[in-house]
Amino acid sequence: MTEIKLTVNGVARSDEVEPRLLLIHYLRETLGLRAANIGCDTTSCGACTVLLDGESVKSCTVLAVQANNRAVTTTEGLVAPDGTMSVVQQAFRENHGLQCGFCTPGMVMAATSLLAENPHPTEQEVREGLEGNFCRCTGYHNIVQSVLAAADKLSGSASSSAEVTA
Amino acid sequence: MIPASFDYEVAESAAHALSLLAEHGEDAKLLAGGHSLLPMMKVRLAQPAVLIDIARITELSGIRIEGDEVVIGATTRHAEVVGSDLIKAEAPILAYAAAQVGDPQIRHRGTIGGSLAHADPSADLPMAFLALGGSVEITGPSGVRVVAADDFFVGPFESVLSPEELLSAVRVPRGGSVPWGYQKFVRRANDWAIVGAAAYGGRVALASMGGTPLRALATEQALASGASVAEAALLAAEGTSPGYDFHADVDFREHLARVLVKRALEGKTG
Amino acid sequence: MSILGTRVLRTEDPGFLSTGAVYTEDVQDERLAGACYVHFVRSTVAHAKINSIDTSAAKDADGVIAVYTAADLEADGIKPLKPMAPFMNQAMLQTLLASDTVRFVGEPVAAVVTEEIYQGEDAIELVDVDYEFLPAVVNMNDALAGEKGLLFPTAGTNLICTFGDASASNKDLFEGCEVVASETIQNTRVAPAPMESRSAAAVWGEDGRLTAWIPNQAAQGTKGSVVAGLGLKAEDVRVITPDVGGGFGAKFGADPEVLVTCWVAKQLGRPARWSETRMENLLGMTHGRAQQHKITIGGMKDGTVLAYRLEVIQDCGAYPKAGAFLPSLTILMTSGPYNIPRAESWSWSVVTNTTPVGAYRGAGRPEAAAAIDRAMDLFADAAGVDPAEVRRKNLLPKFTEPHKTAFGAVYDSGDYVTALEKCLAAADYEGLLAEQAKRRASGDTLQLGIGLSSYVEITGPGGEAGGPNENGTVEVHPDGTVTVLTGTSPHGQGHQTVWAMIVSQELGIPIEKITVKWGDTDLIPKGGGTGGSRSLQLGGAAVQQASRELLDVARERAAETLEASTADLVFDTVTSAFSVKGDPDISVPLSSLAGTERLFVRSVFTSPGPTFPFGTHVAVVEVDMETGKVYLRRVVTVDDAGTVINPLLAEGQRHGGIAQGAAQAFLEEFVYDEDGNPLTATFADYPFLSATEVPGYELVDMETPTSYNPLGAKGIGEAGSIGSTPAVQNAVIDAVSHLGITHIDMPTSPQRVWRAINAANGSKEA
Repeated sequence: MTEIKLTVNGVARSDEVEPRLLLIHYLRETLGLRAANIGCDTTSCGACTVLLDGESVKSCTVLAVQANNRAVTTTEGLVAPDGTMSVVQQAFRENHGLQCGFCTPGMVMAATSLLAENPHPTEQEVREGLEGNFCRCTGYHNIVQSVLAAADKLSGSASSSAEVTA
Repeated sequence: MIPASFDYEVAESAAHALSLLAEHGEDAKLLAGGHSLLPMMKVRLAQPAVLIDIARITELSGIRIEGDEVVIGATTRHAEVVGSDLIKAEAPILAYAAAQVGDPQIRHRGTIGGSLAHADPSADLPMAFLALGGSVEITGPSGVRVVAADDFFVGPFESVLSPEELLSAVRVPRGGSVPWGYQKFVRRANDWAIVGAAAYGGRVALASMGGTPLRALATEQALASGASVAEAALLAAEGTSPGYDFHADVDFREHLARVLVKRALEGKTG
Repeated sequence: MSILGTRVLRTEDPGFLSTGAVYTEDVQDERLAGACYVHFVRSTVAHAKINSIDTSAAKDADGVIAVYTAADLEADGIKPLKPMAPFMNQAMLQTLLASDTVRFVGEPVAAVVTEEIYQGEDAIELVDVDYEFLPAVVNMNDALAGEKGLLFPTAGTNLICTFGDASASNKDLFEGCEVVASETIQNTRVAPAPMESRSAAAVWGEDGRLTAWIPNQAAQGTKGSVVAGLGLKAEDVRVITPDVGGGFGAKFGADPEVLVTCWVAKQLGRPARWSETRMENLLGMTHGRAQQHKITIGGMKDGTVLAYRLEVIQDCGAYPKAGAFLPSLTILMTSGPYNIPRAESWSWSVVTNTTPVGAYRGAGRPEAAAAIDRAMDLFADAAGVDPAEVRRKNLLPKFTEPHKTAFGAVYDSGDYVTALEKCLAAADYEGLLAEQAKRRASGDTLQLGIGLSSYVEITGPGGEAGGPNENGTVEVHPDGTVTVLTGTSPHGQGHQTVWAMIVSQELGIPIEKITVKWGDTDLIPKGGGTGGSRSLQLGGAAVQQASRELLDVARERAAETLEASTADLVFDTVTSAFSVKGDPDISVPLSSLAGTERLFVRSVFTSPGPTFPFGTHVAVVEVDMETGKVYLRRVVTVDDAGTVINPLLAEGQRHGGIAQGAAQAFLEEFVYDEDGNPLTATFADYPFLSATEVPGYELVDMETPTSYNPLGAKGIGEAGSIGSTPAVQNAVIDAVSHLGITHIDMPTSPQRVWRAINAANGSKEA
């Protein structure tokens, strides 16, 4: 067993873990943070995406021990104490960017990281930025719409809200 | 989905990593970003008994200029290579190649050292590295040796690294104005290349055309003797031994090599 | 102002976006405390006898509680599963764990139960199965011919069942036709791959009842499968449906692994849980489509179609599941929206040594549409008539009274030509043709292709006697809140929001105060679930009807309270209250009428029959002539499913269907080698569509209501996936048709396209 100390959604944690414990299982089973999901076994689908020191990572391919001394953020942590969702989360709601919801937490974290690195993405950049996040329900149309809307809102853009084009 | 059990050690320095490697020998694997190794461990194609985590060794990271080379620490992540103004200025093909690896999440974790050491003949960085004609610094029990890209890859997922050695840095020539092109043929954006081609000056490298990334030597020689890009590209598949799968059989891969090499030599990315 | 027809945001979403939905793997219930974990050893060969299974090493491994094989199930009296319909070959039985024979790679062979999850993958490696290879029958034509071997020797055949009658074929079908075209085409096998793979959690109570949490599309049907599969009494089983991460037709009933998990819980007297990996899902969850079509079409040079024949072989995989039945729907929809004077079709459903085939978004109807629309383009090409003109000429003219086809389908309402014209106009068909001509003239590397599909499809069919139906219960509580019980089973469609909208519209109670429940068989013993795009037209109609009947009950009570006659009362939805006509100050709120006696109504809505949404899709692709790679640039659609209750959600359904249909046309396929080894068993290999491969979709609005329910709604869930596959495939072929290419099988992978280009160029370097 290995001891890890890290913060998760701003809360300090200290746990003893098996070296092979995947970060996704640490979050879900040890901490009870079950928003992030497991959708594949080849690091393909991104349903497990969380932020590690602010950057999106696939938590199924990170060992919990690799998160030692780091900060992890999940969708649960994007919600303010008063219950207000983040701009990205709100944009997904307003633009029907989710249906069954399974890919959604991972999609939200990937989008959050994407916009932190590229605040004014084009539609193509959004699609490429989400190439590691699979969705079966939405056909991606409204997901892209959601991210562009969030970008507009975050950058306080005065221009008309971006729309997904063909 | 779940790796077999292993012991875990954190290396505090390169020297510490080497002593751990010496102690555990072939039972140990180095872990930086883990995005080549962990996927293999999760499907149990790799089952090392010990993982030695080198991700936080500061002497193994960083990007700097040394004379006419850019030196990139082995644990430098793809996202850092992509975003490096220095690399974009001095070796833009490398920044471009790093941006093609997987997806943003993978690029936040995967490292250049890990990618080269993994020696996947279908991967982006080994191909770009070969096109650049760079070299790697390998640190071992008896010190540091430098191996040229042409000599580094020996077989599928096999390099000249021995179990007690550590790939510590990657060196690529400075060449901000050297013409380059890069082509990666995929079905989906985050796939490995069905065929890849990278051109840098007079050097042309291929991915997925054999057991290692390969130079398209016939094309290079034709260019050197004054052939046009179109003529030289027709020779791209010579000396290659592509495999086949349901995406592409041998004929199609050879054809793609010719088309992609032509486009790469025309300076196109795609 | 009606809430119906407005873009209401989903009430499900805040939870889904923050703490996440609660899928079966997430369920934390005190009844499941101390659960053990079930893992499966699966066959690594396509067809083999099992000589022996050595479980001794596994039994000794860390944390292993038990290891079970077919022998254990048999000893406990568990019987093999029979094919679901009596007309299917009843000798083709499936034991829950393979007994003497394995018939597909991925078939469960043993169940290993561990204390902790991580121990399972260690333990399953230790089970040693001794296989003796048998020849694998992988190609459906080989299966039908029977010469390469039989999967079920006692069945004497690989044929499960047939529909239609090949022997009744009219050999003069194409007499008088100036132009006849024929082709054998594939409708390739795909993996439904919902993002949530399969799971189960089961516990037996001290009262002897089984409570099982199972992701599904119809809890009542899943319960029926559990009851039948384990030989239980119906009153002893309760199925609870947590949030479900997509189904697409593959989460009906109860798969063998689910049944084994329930059984394990009983054996060990302890809760049991199971979750599969993605690789297990790609091998173990039923696949979709997998039909082969021989299409022959004939008509006149002016573009009039006179005759069409469709011969179907359905690859059903190793055991007969829903897939065996789907060709009957394909045959029902043979002629699609077209007026074809002479048409005939039939099908054979066969077993092969591959993953069993089940329903997948559209379930039999996309196959019919893909066949007829490929045929229309083949005919257009042979006759030298523009494909849009061929469709215009041959579509059934607008009808408002039900129209019965030669195949027995009764289309409720349709306006196919308008759908075609609207879609062509929105796509700027003429402009596209001009651009295509320009690029052909200049020999561009990227050629443009335009593909069409005009489709009609059947939704809301019922298997029940007395017509398709669904139940809904609406209860108004004294505190002004409402509980709705529905027999539907959403897994992303947003019924919580839309049923609340419908009830809100009737009762004048805001949707925030309305809770919709489904999927618990103790609470809702009867229901048809969600599939076949049935939910809104049957389940939505049922909650509307229940709301109206509730108002009738409430009106009686209000009349008593207000000492007026019911005829003198008006119900105001703005205030949600009854008042006396002409005297609005004397009123009684609806919720107050629940004060002394419960105020609820359960109603069953029965439709005269299934409804038939329709539309046209136009797809635009670019094909790189040097590499064969296809770029999907535009998809423009008309999907007319009658009245739209929530446009935001209806658009989402269309988007999702379009994506899946398009993916099958140019990207996704599940591939086996000739020995039955799967080559696409991970998300890295199976070309699952990502956001970079598709554009945004251009949706054109059109609503032709049905008279079959008061909402005027047909089913939208699958429509998008029906038109898009043929439109995209036709577009790719169109892009290279100037070389004389008339067909390329789906998916139009770069290699397939390049080979076609090469063949057309006479093997010159493209």
